[in-house]
Amino acid sequence: MKAVLGTMGDEVKVFGFWASPFSRRVELALRFKGVPYEYIEEDILGNKSPLLLHYNPVHKKIPVFLHNGKPIAESLVILEYIDDTWKSNPILPHDPYDRAMARFWANFIDDKCFPAFMKAVMGPENEREKAVEEAGDCLKTLESALNGKRFFGGDAIGMVDIAANFIGFWVRIIQEIAGVELLSADKLPALFKWTDEFVSCSVVKESLPPQDKISAAFKARIDQAQTNTRP
Amino acid sequence: MEGEVVLLDFWPSMFGMRTRIALAEKQIKYEYREEDLRNKSALLLQMNPVHKKIPVLIHNGKPICESLIQVQYIDEVWNDRAPLLPPNPYQRATARFWADFVDKKIYDLGGKLWRTKGEEQEAAKKELIECLKLLEGQLGDNPYFGGKDFGFLDVALVPFYCWFYTYEKFGRFSIEAECPKLIAWAKRCMQKESVAKSLADQEKIYDFVLHLKKALGIE
Repeated sequence: MKAVLGTMGDEVKVFGFWASPFSRRVELALRFKGVPYEYIEEDILGNKSPLLLHYNPVHKKIPVFLHNGKPIAESLVILEYIDDTWKSNPILPHDPYDRAMARFWANFIDDKCFPAFMKAVMGPENEREKAVEEAGDCLKTLESALNGKRFFGGDAIGMVDIAANFIGFWVRIIQEIAGVELLSADKLPALFKWTDEFVSCSVVKESLPPQDKISAAFKARIDQAQTNTRP
Repeated sequence: MEGEVVLLDFWPSMFGMRTRIALAEKQIKYEYREEDLRNKSALLLQMNPVHKKIPVLIHNGKPICESLIQVQYIDEVWNDRAPLLPPNPYQRATARFWADFVDKKIYDLGGKLWRTKGEEQEAAKKELIECLKLLEGQLGDNPYFGGKDFGFLDVALVPFYCWFYTYEKFGRFSIEAECPKLIAWAKRCMQKESVAKSLADQEKIYDFVLHLKKALGIE
């Protein structure tokens, strides 16, 4: 997506990293709303650009979102901004209580699911079993939020689905490489089904990295993590 | 419109204070229920099964958890008075970003000041001061983080003011010396009834922490 200016004369840019689920969230929201943007790849493993450090001096991380030159950092903050600014295909519900629930689950994904998952696949081997159990519990709790719906957002994807992108795509790839089973059809049937629904959406498909590249990148990362934590 | 509003809370919690302030700003009548965190009520466990934490806001029987989410909920439901989030999306994003920063940094760093000693405590103190200075920088020349008006980020941060005394005593430093503008801002907020009534007494917080340390076996 190389268009720099949208129909409204808006300049929208996303600083991201190809393997990061966090910058992909921002891209997914923009694509879902049909907002053209320019994507800028950051070499976060090597050298962060001076521009990135200028726009996100506090955390020095991607994603950074730029709208007409004004920067916003933190993917969930960016998603709310995108929903506030571009009204087509809302990603947050209208009702205040439903909005509160969506925010709750998006936070839960970032505060609990993501760290638990990373610990289960990259943590020290002697803590692996416990970490896997905790990650499984997190996913089971998240699954309850689906409550019979096709997506967390209902009939269409919403902010929680977007926030859960790493579960929808990354988890199944990484767990296989790491040799742990967290998300399976028999343990978490509703969540497993959701991952299929999620990746089948055309707008999601367009905004995912190639599976083989992700596999290779995480294999290298996991191998290194396991080497570092070997007693 | 109001319905029934209940707040499950714990008096020293900065997070509970945020919700108390928001409810007070909007002049909402509610029932305050004190929780004993060593003996959590069945209601708390039922209303917040995921985290089992306070504060929990219960509106017409439906629970809302997480303090910043509660403040936004209150702002959206009672949207006819005392707005907390600004109308401009970019200002809203800025407020949310810094409130998230407060959540990521201040509580844990402040906690390290009274839970740890030596090098770990010194490192936490140094980082806490840096974070408070960053926040102070966001004030600019404005009376509040919300600009002319008290707003979301003010609500998110001001409860920590009653914990500063505890941080200062354990860390042996003065936050006012490091961040005079921030303390001026906090005192300004304390002029508001919603804030003054919602924050706990700083000496009571200090006593509470002394007792907590004993109970946890931390020297």
